[in-house]
Amino acid sequence: MYSLISTISTWAIPAIIVFIPLYAFFRKVPVYETFVDGAKDGFDTAIQIIPHLVGMMVAISVFRASGAMDLMVGFVRPLFDAMGIPSEVLPLGLLRPITGAGSLAFTTDLIQQFGPDSLIGRMASTIQGSTDTTIYVLTVYFGAVGIKKGRYALKVGLLSDLIGFVAAVLVCFLVFA
Amino acid sequence: MVNFIWLFFILVGFVVAVLQGRVEEVTKALFTGAETGVTVCFGLISILVFWLGIMRIAEDAGLLQKVARLLGPVVRFLFPDVPKNHPALGYIMSNMSANLLGLGNAATPMGIKAMQELQKLNPDKDAATPAMCTLLALNTSSITLIPTTLIAIRLKFESTNPAEIVGTTLIATMIATCAAMLIDRWYRYRYYKANKVPPLTKSPPSRSA
Repeated sequence: MYSLISTISTWAIPAIIVFIPLYAFFRKVPVYETFVDGAKDGFDTAIQIIPHLVGMMVAISVFRASGAMDLMVGFVRPLFDAMGIPSEVLPLGLLRPITGAGSLAFTTDLIQQFGPDSLIGRMASTIQGSTDTTIYVLTVYFGAVGIKKGRYALKVGLLSDLIGFVAAVLVCFLVFA
Repeated sequence: MVNFIWLFFILVGFVVAVLQGRVEEVTKALFTGAETGVTVCFGLISILVFWLGIMRIAEDAGLLQKVARLLGPVVRFLFPDVPKNHPALGYIMSNMSANLLGLGNAATPMGIKAMQELQKLNPDKDAATPAMCTLLALNTSSITLIPTTLIAIRLKFESTNPAEIVGTTLIATMIATCAAMLIDRWYRYRYYKANKVPPLTKSPPSRSA
């Protein structure tokens, strides 16, 4: 299991990065010009998230440094300890569906605190990477066409977020622990 | 909701800081937090620029359309009540392929176009149809092949193998997406039943749907 997943992890990116430009070249796409053109968007995207990330990082830093985070995590710790799950990732599970920038800031905070190669760091990365911000997606997509009654869409989104969270924790345990 | 969380973090943080006599540390943490926010974003620039460049090549080479064509049967299975050859299906396929390739920027406009097409089929313009809910479920749990931003952050904090989470993310995201589709089917079934929508049952003449 571990060797298969780590092989996929190691080779996925090089394979994609060799395949795409080569394929495009044979399809007579001006590879370099196209690359530069698309790359410009990357800069804008990174700059656009600065205000979000600064705002959330400040709030999380304050919350953590005051000791409030420890108090909150302390409530659930016994339950999580019983299952062997690091309770530090719990707030991330709550934040992920609500705010993309907020949970990204929280993940960054965990990686900074515990290191990217710790179990917590890997778990946080997997949780953050494996689902999208349900509330945001709901707002944008329904907002764009003027839907006011979302029916069961929110329930489906949140339930699958929960399953995604549990899956991410379990998979990280199987692979990294 | 985000407003509430943000205010909660800051307010509770300072109240607890006062109670525990840690106001000075907390004020310091405030400034380091802001600094981390900026440095992380600058760290993201390199990978985001590179990745979106590669992905534009994929788009222009027609790979997006190729993936979309592969997804045809899946989409028809997931959206049984959208008529065949309806433009909505094309947009849904593009939306899914863009998500698969990690093209968040391209996925959203396609998704919105798909929504607009689905809205044309909607008898009640204020309420979501089952097809709309399925499209949302797909997007909230969207399958991610390469979690670019996370790799960039791990790189920034000197991970020995920043990409080692690609495999675990892929498995977790697949489980989440499958779960979303199953839960969506369950609610859709209940919706059909409650609204007496064909082909499940024909509504009796006394109770108009």
